[in-house]
Parts: sequence; C-alpha cells; structure tokens
Amino acid sequence: MNFWYFLTALTLLSASMVILSKNPIHSVLYLVFTFFCISGHYVLLNAQFLMAVNIVVYAGAIMVLFLFVIMMMDLSKNSPDSKSTLTKLAGAILGGTLLVILIAASRKVDLKDVKPIDAQTGMVEGLGQILYRDYVLPFELVSILFFVAMVGAVMLGKREAGERNF
Amino acid sequence: MQQIPDVIREIPLNYYVWFSAALFCIGIIGVLTRRNAIIIFMSVELMLNSVNLLLVAFSSYKADPAGQIFVFFIMAVAAAEVAVGLAIIVMIYRNIQTIDVGLLNKLKW
Repeated sequence: MNFWYFLTALTLLSASMVILSKNPIHSVLYLVFTFFCISGHYVLLNAQFLMAVNIVVYAGAIMVLFLFVIMMMDLSKNSPDSKSTLTKLAGAILGGTLLVILIAASRKVDLKDVKPIDAQTGMVEGLGQILYRDYVLPFELVSILFFVAMVGAVMLGKREAGERNF
Repeated sequence: MQQIPDVIREIPLNYYVWFSAALFCIGIIGVLTRRNAIIIFMSVELMLNSVNLLLVAFSSYKADPAGQIFVFFIMAVAAAEVAVGLAIIVMIYRNIQTIDVGLLNKLKW
C-alpha cells in the first residue's frame, strides 16, 4: 500500500506548508491542496459521498471565501510581522509534546480486531437512507443554522452610516 | 459480499490515529505561532479536518455509517462557522486596518 504512505506524506507536507509559508495566498492554496489529499484518503476509505462533499464544501466554498477575504484586504501594506523566535519555539515544542503524548497514549490501545463487515458504508445510497430516515431532524436543523449564520454574516459585514470605506 | 478496500485490509487503524494526531498538532502549532488572523483560522480548519478524517476512518473500519453522517454535520457547521468568522475578521480589519492578533489586546487588562 505504497500509495497510502505517499498520500499521507503529501498531506502532512502541504499541511505544514500552510503554516510555514509567508504569503497568505500561498497558505490558502496549500490548504486547498491539503483538502484534496484528504479527499483522496476518503476515496481510499471507500467514502465516496464524503469525498464529494469535502471537495464541494471545503475546497470549493470555504476556500473561495478565504481567498476573497484575503483579496479584499491590503495585507502588503501592514502585514502582521511574525512572532518572536522564542514564541515560535515554545509553540512548536508545545505542539510536538502534544503529538508525542497522543501517540504514546494511542500506542496502548489495541485496535487490531476491528474489521469491517461490508465495504458499502460510504456510498451515497446507504448514507442517504440513513440521513433521511434516522437523522431527518438534525438535517432540517442545519438549514436553520445556515440561515442564522447567513443573517449573522450580513449583519456583521454591513457598513454603518458614516463609516469610512476601504 | 462487496470487495473490502485494500487500505482497510492492509493499513492498521492505528496509522490513521497517528496521522490525524500529526495533522491536529500541525494545526495547533499554526494557531500558536502565527499572528495573521486568517492563517490562525485556516489552522483551525486543518484541525477540524483531521478530526473528520479520524471519524471517517473509524466509520469505515467498523462499517458504521453514523460516523460519516456525523462528519457531514461537522462540515455543515464548519461552513456556517467560517462565514461568521470571516465576517468578524473583515469587521476587525475595517476597524483597526490590520488583522494582527497581537494588536487585539484591548481585553487584556
């Protein structure tokens, strides 16, 4: 399963490029690439529906939103200077320590006997049956959540009278 | 009986746990070390995606579709969260002309 290791390395590499690159536009593009790699993992796991949703929602909608917001701001004029080396070192050490702790904790867990009965869990048909039969109420509540989020975003972004423009 | 994918047969589930932990820690390091509010927000998205990946892996390995439904709802909530969060960032930029989180210290004292 060499392709799995290749895809994993590619995902981790592009994810670290997200936080390492100086230009925010490059960060967004690396993040889009990371999401495509994660979609590739979904394909390998036979979760075709979530692969499509991941590409459409994350790589399609959310990242375009990020790109538009970055393009609206003039970040070259007063871009945030990076934190001090001490803070960066402390953050990296803290994240690395957390990774070590997580791996050490999960090494004790024995997950070997988990094997699937059938491989059709991620298909659109099966997920649709469950989504519209068992999870109808949360599915409808999501529409209310989207409505509230839309109203909230418009409220926050609305220009008040007398406020200066960009 | 359908064909079980090669990944599920050959890759142990522990590898997915470690992979997701690594992605999550990259997101945490991004939040802790960057000062650009948009990059911090993108690191949060990275952490959300690592959790999504772990949920999908467990769901596929155990053939339990409820995990993938849960990921679907997480994606819906993340989309709403991004809309509101980016609106807040745009408001911050409009008020103080920068998105450096180091300058947002009015609540510090």
